[in-house]
Amino acid sequence: MPSTHDWINNPLGVVEGMFAASQNNPSSGWEAKAVEFFKDRLKEKDAHTSVPSLNDVPLHYLKPNSLVKFRCLIQDMFDPEFYMGVYETVDPSTKVLRCGKYKDVTECGVDFNSRNTVTAERQTFYCVPIPGENPWFALILSHSYAGSSQARVVPSTSYVPSRQKRSYEEDDDMDDMDTQPQKQREPHTGALIPTEQHGNGDCKRLETEAPSSQMTPASHLDLNFPLPGEKGPSCLVKVYEDWDSFKLNDTLEVYGILSVSPALSALADEKDASSSLLDPAECMETAEEQRVHSPPASLVPRLHMLYAKTLPHNNPLLPSAPLEDNSAFLSSTLSEMASVRAELLTYLTHVLLGDALAAEYLILHLISNVYTRRDVLPLGKFTLNLSGCPTVASYTERFYQIIQQLVPCSYYLGMSLQNMNQMRLVPKKDYVANRLVSGALQLARNTSLFLDETQLEQGQLDTTGVRNVTALGNLISWQKVDYDFNYHQMEFPCNINVLIASEGRSLLPSDCQIHLQPQVGPATMEEYLSSIHMHPQASSQLNKLRIYLSVARLLDYSISDEMTKSVEDDFVDMRKDDPQSISAEDLHRMLVVARLLSLSLGQTSLSRDSWLRAKHIEALRRSRMEQHKCVNGNEP
Amino acid sequence: MSSPTSTPGGRKRGRNANPSTPSSEGPTSPPSQRRRGQDSSTGDLMPMPTSPATDMLSPSAPQDTSLFSIQSNLFLPNEVDMSSPLMYGTPSSRVEGTPRSGVRGTPARQRPDLGSVRKAPQVDLQSDADGAVASEPNAGQKLVIWGTDVNVGTCKEKFQRFLQRFIDPTSNEDENAGLDLNEPLYMQKLEEISVVGDPVLNVNCRHIQSFDAELYRQLISYPQEVIPTFDMAVNELFFERFPDSILEYQIQVRPYNALKTRNMRSLNPEDIDQLITISGMVIRTSQLIPEMQEAFFQCQVCAFSTRVEVDRGRIAEPAVCRNCNTTHSLALVHNRSAFSDKQMIKIQESPEDMPAGQTPHTTIVYAHNDLVDKVQPGDRVNITGIYRAVPMRVNPRQSNVKSVYKTHIDAIHFRKTDERRLHGLDEEAEQKLFTEDRVQTLKELAAKPDVYERLSSALAPSIYEHEDIKKGILLQLFGGTRKDFSQTGRGSFRAEVNILLCGDPGTSKSQLLQYVYNLVPRGQYTSGKGSSAVGLTAYVMKDPETRQLVLQTGALVLSDNGICCIDEFDKMSDNTRSVLHEVMEQQTLSIAKAGIICQLNARTAVLAAANPVESQWNPKKTTIENIQLPHTLLSRFDLIFLMLDPQDEAYDRRLAHHLVSLYYQSEEQMEEEFLDMAVLRDYIAYARTYINPRLSEEASQALIEAYVDMRKIGSGRGMVSAYPRQLESLIRLAEAHAKVRFSEKVETIDVEEAKRLHREALKQSATDPRTGFVDISILTTGMSATARKRKEEVAQALKKLIQAKGKTPAMKYQQLLEDLRGQSETAITKELFDEALRALADEDYLTVTGKTVRLLA
Repeated sequence: MPSTHDWINNPLGVVEGMFAASQNNPSSGWEAKAVEFFKDRLKEKDAHTSVPSLNDVPLHYLKPNSLVKFRCLIQDMFDPEFYMGVYETVDPSTKVLRCGKYKDVTECGVDFNSRNTVTAERQTFYCVPIPGENPWFALILSHSYAGSSQARVVPSTSYVPSRQKRSYEEDDDMDDMDTQPQKQREPHTGALIPTEQHGNGDCKRLETEAPSSQMTPASHLDLNFPLPGEKGPSCLVKVYEDWDSFKLNDTLEVYGILSVSPALSALADEKDASSSLLDPAECMETAEEQRVHSPPASLVPRLHMLYAKTLPHNNPLLPSAPLEDNSAFLSSTLSEMASVRAELLTYLTHVLLGDALAAEYLILHLISNVYTRRDVLPLGKFTLNLSGCPTVASYTERFYQIIQQLVPCSYYLGMSLQNMNQMRLVPKKDYVANRLVSGALQLARNTSLFLDETQLEQGQLDTTGVRNVTALGNLISWQKVDYDFNYHQMEFPCNINVLIASEGRSLLPSDCQIHLQPQVGPATMEEYLSSIHMHPQASSQLNKLRIYLSVARLLDYSISDEMTKSVEDDFVDMRKDDPQSISAEDLHRMLVVARLLSLSLGQTSLSRDSWLRAKHIEALRRSRMEQHKCVNGNEP
Repeated sequence: MSSPTSTPGGRKRGRNANPSTPSSEGPTSPPSQRRRGQDSSTGDLMPMPTSPATDMLSPSAPQDTSLFSIQSNLFLPNEVDMSSPLMYGTPSSRVEGTPRSGVRGTPARQRPDLGSVRKAPQVDLQSDADGAVASEPNAGQKLVIWGTDVNVGTCKEKFQRFLQRFIDPTSNEDENAGLDLNEPLYMQKLEEISVVGDPVLNVNCRHIQSFDAELYRQLISYPQEVIPTFDMAVNELFFERFPDSILEYQIQVRPYNALKTRNMRSLNPEDIDQLITISGMVIRTSQLIPEMQEAFFQCQVCAFSTRVEVDRGRIAEPAVCRNCNTTHSLALVHNRSAFSDKQMIKIQESPEDMPAGQTPHTTIVYAHNDLVDKVQPGDRVNITGIYRAVPMRVNPRQSNVKSVYKTHIDAIHFRKTDERRLHGLDEEAEQKLFTEDRVQTLKELAAKPDVYERLSSALAPSIYEHEDIKKGILLQLFGGTRKDFSQTGRGSFRAEVNILLCGDPGTSKSQLLQYVYNLVPRGQYTSGKGSSAVGLTAYVMKDPETRQLVLQTGALVLSDNGICCIDEFDKMSDNTRSVLHEVMEQQTLSIAKAGIICQLNARTAVLAAANPVESQWNPKKTTIENIQLPHTLLSRFDLIFLMLDPQDEAYDRRLAHHLVSLYYQSEEQMEEEFLDMAVLRDYIAYARTYINPRLSEEASQALIEAYVDMRKIGSGRGMVSAYPRQLESLIRLAEAHAKVRFSEKVETIDVEEAKRLHREALKQSATDPRTGFVDISILTTGMSATARKRKEEVAQALKKLIQAKGKTPAMKYQQLLEDLRGQSETAITKELFDEALRALADEDYLTVTGKTVRLLA
């Protein structure tokens, strides 16, 4: 048996050992055993933390052929490929069988005519880091991985200082985050940066971390991130079994063997020069396709998957196991829920300029989640339209920064005319390069999408603009995005929380509209926020809120028969009084509000109180809408 | 061309590719040369012994065969049997045929699709133990091709027997149109070849399978060996039968419809080198690539020429001239080298085959020779071909290889799936295959007495009630029977049922549309606000790559044979809507723009949803007034439903229960109650494909009665209450209902249901709010008969009033209105008055100028 950390440093050794051992016993099923072995190892306590993560450690600090992990989103699926599962070397003196699994390149001459060759199939996924991950996310992860540099190449000390430096920087960033509004990720300008600029544009991170390898080639290679201005490694993940169970846009944590063989990059370079005449079959692939499907390994490493788990949530503060398996954690959070909610409510009330009702709805929105679909109807979505946002002092951007601090993944989309007319929201298949060119709506589940409609001015939307607005409308109403495959469209269901900030009623549909009634000016909010963040406990307090939001979303929910009955009665009564005022749609919304309200209080079934409260806040909201009906002409 | 003396027949290959010198090549051209793995060139010219030792497995080959290339992978018989394919290459042992006719005279054409170009060693999945196949030298019967269990003689014989005997009386393929189904099918096709001169014989693999399963198995497993054998067999047979016919080259057999694989996703390493058929959509085609088949070298010193076959994409340049022994004197002459056409085609999985949440796979296909440029991007095709895998080299000079193979398909046959639509023969081009089990389940379901109710409740279960609307949509999904009366001059009748839903906002109309759009394979969803006329029909676009004008089709054309769902129908511009007139009755779309004039099929059913103009349905107004749509368009809808809020307590309660249960029932509970969407989809597809109900005698009687009844209702009150269009609607609905029952005959119950549904819809939409009667003229003329009658009465009263005033040539408008109001018992609105004035003006009785009314004459 290999020693403790051999399986991290040299996983191929383990695989090959098992392969060799199986040679005398062909039916041993060594492949399954190998996968089992790694799974067992990773289950051991804290074992997974000692595996270096591709997200945090720059590629050139990682040892080739070691075990690494990668937290990612499946951006594209390439065609399956056939590879030599088992092959025989051509050299007659050492004629041995080798195993080709988990490798990109064979080691020595291959005897093509050997009868022992086994052809096997594997699938390639193009994976990118989860789009829109907020800075605090990476920060927490990097803290929890401190001192886990087993697989790094030897002079790891040279790396550590620069890394620490960045951490501090971001710590600062976070502690006084609210006094320096523009220092974050500059969302609104970021949206306009064309995607080509990944490599050379901005980012201190690249400068401190990757002085050499990443800079030059990146400039001409589009790594196809869904959101403009994103950075990080993308990766070709080779999947050996069960690839049908993965879906596009799944978020995974992949454990696999890192392969950065320079031979893979050589392929692309020598293409034009020598081999074009010799192998007509290969040169018929376009240069673009070559570049996309076999990019230099230094830029896009290959990862041979040993084990992957889909992430049920995307919050590093929560235990990764499903909640049901972790009852201690669950019960402790549940007991605190009501108090944390009150805190959050106060906090958000201040952010929303003293409007408690809007804050209440914002909480409901933040924990909403499409929990199931009935034929085409997604249930549980709660798109909130916050109208009446002040346009002064870039309030919406400030507001987004607060949201950013609370949710793991988010994206700010300023709906300016220019953005709407120029941005690519919907992913589109590029048949020349044979890949899915990503768009800003290719997001992981439960990402918060913040649409800032206050940026919209008068003007004309062109074809792209109309298409983009339609796509946003579809996303909100049906929680799906129709990817453009040129000859046809394909529907991909999604689960994105959309929050629309607008002056009047939004031009996009929404499940619920609430008009903001500011009690205080934005300046007061600034004061409050800075006072709060001066507090030494600020960051732990924030973490509490973050945990709260994620847990509330994951809770189960049910309605008892008794409650069903009473809800029905209520509905009939309301209709009796004034049939015009309440429709089936209103009942839909009230049921969602009641559900989210219960969950936000940590209750997993609907109680009479919550129902009444849901009715109450709905009534408040509606009366507020009545008042504003005459004010803006955007009503239907 | 100076052939070396040692090859008496002057046997060279690649004749057709070098047609300028056919005579110098001698009259014979062995068909066997078209075989795969044809070991490079004539024996004595072999520049390099590139073939592995296994290729030379016939040490005991007789003297006369040693001059030409040895059939690779073939055991040569000792006693050369004249029917053996090996004999064709033997120049001395054969009587010369007439040039350019007969097997011998017709040049063979290389088949790069079968790999006559030597390819790199394949992934040998079924490699046999060092070629030690049963091969008793005495019995020709036992000879098999190396690596397979195919015996050339038997195989050929079997195939010839198949060609001569196979009859498919039930054939309904359009390829066989015009052939006598009771005669051997393929013999007729051969006759066709002799007449037309197109030397390609397409063979349906399913025919072979039903005729001889063993032969079929061999064809699938060893296409590379079996298809050339088929070629030989068919040529022998052909020239025996039509000895005088002249073909450009020898007949090539193109099998299609191999049942091995249907789906790109299910291709796996076991399919390598086998014959497969996959369906997909062409997404890209490359330029034509000339691929060198044979290089022509000429010695610079003595002008001695030699030919070298391309092997694995390489040309082994001869280092020494064999004539004058000069080294490195040979130069490649491009003009005299032989090339063949090749094209790379990328196909992508059809959207229907894809599991949800995954991206489509693509595969590379190589088309050779005349298959080049047969397909265009966007075509849906079924491709039959041989699946190949070739290892990739990291660097050609290194021995390291990437441990990945490149896969592609060598196409043998293309079949466009949507080609038939152009013929308009039988629209069910999607040969959706149903497994026996599935058909059984569907039939069981159909046998249930309440199948109609079951299906309609399975439709959009999340939408509450509206049973009749769901039933209407269900019938729309099935559609009527397509009839063709083009002979008698009326063209084809519309079989599609069009439905309009109108009603209050928020009554889940859009949701219903979305559901239908998701259910049918060829559905389109557009919103009236967002679509323009071109978006619905077609537009002409310049292709950025080819600079050609291409016709891009819009939603209506794309949903041919499907359903086009149009939301916010009322918000559509008039311009856009006018396009629908043609589509909704003639089912075609005429386009004349940018030099492209054409008529496209748009046999689509339209499911539209419209909101009332005043945002809330006004029960005091007619349908037309409520939705403000032209009646010409409305009359094209078979069923118009109102989705109104019934405002009744019992309904509210049921609705509340339904909604709440949506939110708390688990997925499993829901599924128990309702039919699976997939079953429903299959059920509809099956019925649409296989069931074509016809009217029975009783049903026709019932229909006539129903129509007469409808007419009668109106005639009592002096108005027309039904038009032939309504009768046609009834027929369509009845047929659709018969389809729901999987019945080939429309019976009285179908008519009853059609009547009921039609009446229900009419009751909702065509009730005159003034009288409470159902009045079809609301929909056909936009105005109820009573309203029209009233208008006339007012006009007459006005006329009388003016006449009573005596000779006053000019009157005040306001005065006249007040006079009329004073006289009439009922209220006269200003609009009514205006209309009356207009009616009188039309009679040239008076004119209205500003505020004055003048009498004429």
